[in-house]
Amino acid sequence: MADPTRESSSVSRDSPVVLSPEEGSAAVALPSSGPRQRRRGIGWPARLEIAVLSGPAIIIFLTFVILPVAMAAYYGFYSWQGYGRPVDFIGLKNYVTILHDGLFLDALKHNGMIVVLSLVMQGPIAIGMALLLNKKMHGKSVIRVLIFVPYVISEVIVGTGWSLMLQTSGAVNDLLKSIGLGGLAHDWLSDPKIAIWSLMVIISWKYIGFAVLLFLAGLQGIPVELQEAAAIDGASYWQIQRRITLPLLGPTIRIWAFLSIIGSLQLFDLVYIIWGQYVSSTAGTSTMATYMVTNGRNSGNYGYGNAVAVVLFLISLVIALIYQRFVLRRDTEGALTEGKN
Amino acid sequence: MSETTLDAPAQVPGTRRERPKRDWGNPTIYLMALLLVAAMLAPVVYIILGGFRTNSQITNSPAGLPSPWAIGNYLDVLRGGVFWQEVVNSTISAVSTTVGVVVLGLMASYVLARYRFRGRAAMYTLFAAGLMFPMTVAITPLYIMIKSLGLINTLPGIILPQIAFALPVTVIILVPFLRAIPDEIEEAASIDGCSRLGFFFRMVVPLSVPGVVTVGILAFVGSWNNYLLPLFILNDQDTFTLPLGVQAFASQYSVDTAKVLAFTSLSMIPALVFFSLFERRIVGGLTGAVKG
Repeated sequence: MADPTRESSSVSRDSPVVLSPEEGSAAVALPSSGPRQRRRGIGWPARLEIAVLSGPAIIIFLTFVILPVAMAAYYGFYSWQGYGRPVDFIGLKNYVTILHDGLFLDALKHNGMIVVLSLVMQGPIAIGMALLLNKKMHGKSVIRVLIFVPYVISEVIVGTGWSLMLQTSGAVNDLLKSIGLGGLAHDWLSDPKIAIWSLMVIISWKYIGFAVLLFLAGLQGIPVELQEAAAIDGASYWQIQRRITLPLLGPTIRIWAFLSIIGSLQLFDLVYIIWGQYVSSTAGTSTMATYMVTNGRNSGNYGYGNAVAVVLFLISLVIALIYQRFVLRRDTEGALTEGKN
Repeated sequence: MSETTLDAPAQVPGTRRERPKRDWGNPTIYLMALLLVAAMLAPVVYIILGGFRTNSQITNSPAGLPSPWAIGNYLDVLRGGVFWQEVVNSTISAVSTTVGVVVLGLMASYVLARYRFRGRAAMYTLFAAGLMFPMTVAITPLYIMIKSLGLINTLPGIILPQIAFALPVTVIILVPFLRAIPDEIEEAASIDGCSRLGFFFRMVVPLSVPGVVTVGILAFVGSWNNYLLPLFILNDQDTFTLPLGVQAFASQYSVDTAKVLAFTSLSMIPALVFFSLFERRIVGGLTGAVKG
């Protein structure tokens, strides 16, 4: 089923969205400089241009992204309250404490659940929504904007609104009572059996727009001709989606899953806003990041907080590398390890 | 060079094919779309309508509609200085972040896309690896660093890290764009006596507008909604951005639910307007197509 209203008609790329497979072997050389210069590298004027153009970005990036992460690794070996220089070197003691703390292991378990449930809950719905929004219909642009509203509003707004709605005396329970389902009313936020599911509903509602955004962009990159050809051959709409669209959307789906996993591991804002720093662990919604803030900065143990950050980073890194190695490899060949030419 | 990866002139304005016949299609599609929109909007509508109710209305019937409509909550918030101060702070932060990200990101991406030099691959990997360093991990040392720079309780204290953390996505989106600009354009410009830097300002900047709009909006909305960084850096009420303001307001007036809802609804307007205006551009920009 062809959609003649699609925006860009003939973008055929293997991976349309972020992390696109960069050149790999394609040369970027601009043959404007002479052969002598090309053999010897580039001339001084060009070097100056490179330094002037890329210098500011590199400096600010190294200062505020790379350096703090390196500092976290350093401070993690100290017992340090954040004043003066760290002097109390305690080796791996922080890390031992972390890995033996039941509260951290709980948080890790919650993170694991959030990773899996996010993929399972958001993925299929988001694909369905993207397919729906890619069909021809009137008012599509309005619907698109409306569907992205939850993604665009801030976590604080989402958290404030949902926690008011989900209170015991809140709108959700009231609504259930008024339609005769009062028996289903629950303490949505503090019952440890239910709270994580409430969180999952809120997360899905908030972030599904991002998945749809990526999938829509991915769908733009699928050539209409393939679907038209299949339609001419007598394939039904669903056959076309299953056999052609979904496989071609594969790279986008895998990149979304990657970003979703990393995001789930780092989850902080929503939990911290809705449950606060103390309730989240009893309600069963604490995450590694809320554990880090509660036991690091909020209790003045900066050394310990940094050690938690390092653990969080290493877990994310290992999962990311495994995912890169086994899932993303063919999509991002060259994107993260560019320069094999 | 990258014609194999990217078909450069994907869309020329005006070539958008119009459907000759205006059929309305399948009604079930509209029904599904309607349900979807309802599900996505219900909580937001609850917040907005709640602001038009009084506290006794909310207590008596939490899920009811405003009757009668009370606009006092909204007027109170709009008359108070706190809300506007926070709007100004958020705007300064978001605009500076966006400008910084676009300027620095565009320059760095141009180098990565169109210069050939030793260390280019390493530089790209450096930025791409930045995706692995989310703010959550760096936040504690970042706080200490900002403190030692004396930028606690100042807007630059959040703007600089926001720029830095938005750079990876920016570079990854912009590099394919700049690379897709055909060499012929550059050759033609150079024959006409245009230096490489002149080419950057006269050709690259205008041609990369779609990608710039995408990364600009992502940076703007990201900064507007940022919570973790301001939470650590800004402790003084006068420097609060809207997310911190909403939370402070919600705990300060925790019994005045209606007013909290009014404050919350007003604080979501700017990002919504900004995103709605450019939603199409974002999808277009993410597909990486250069409009020739």
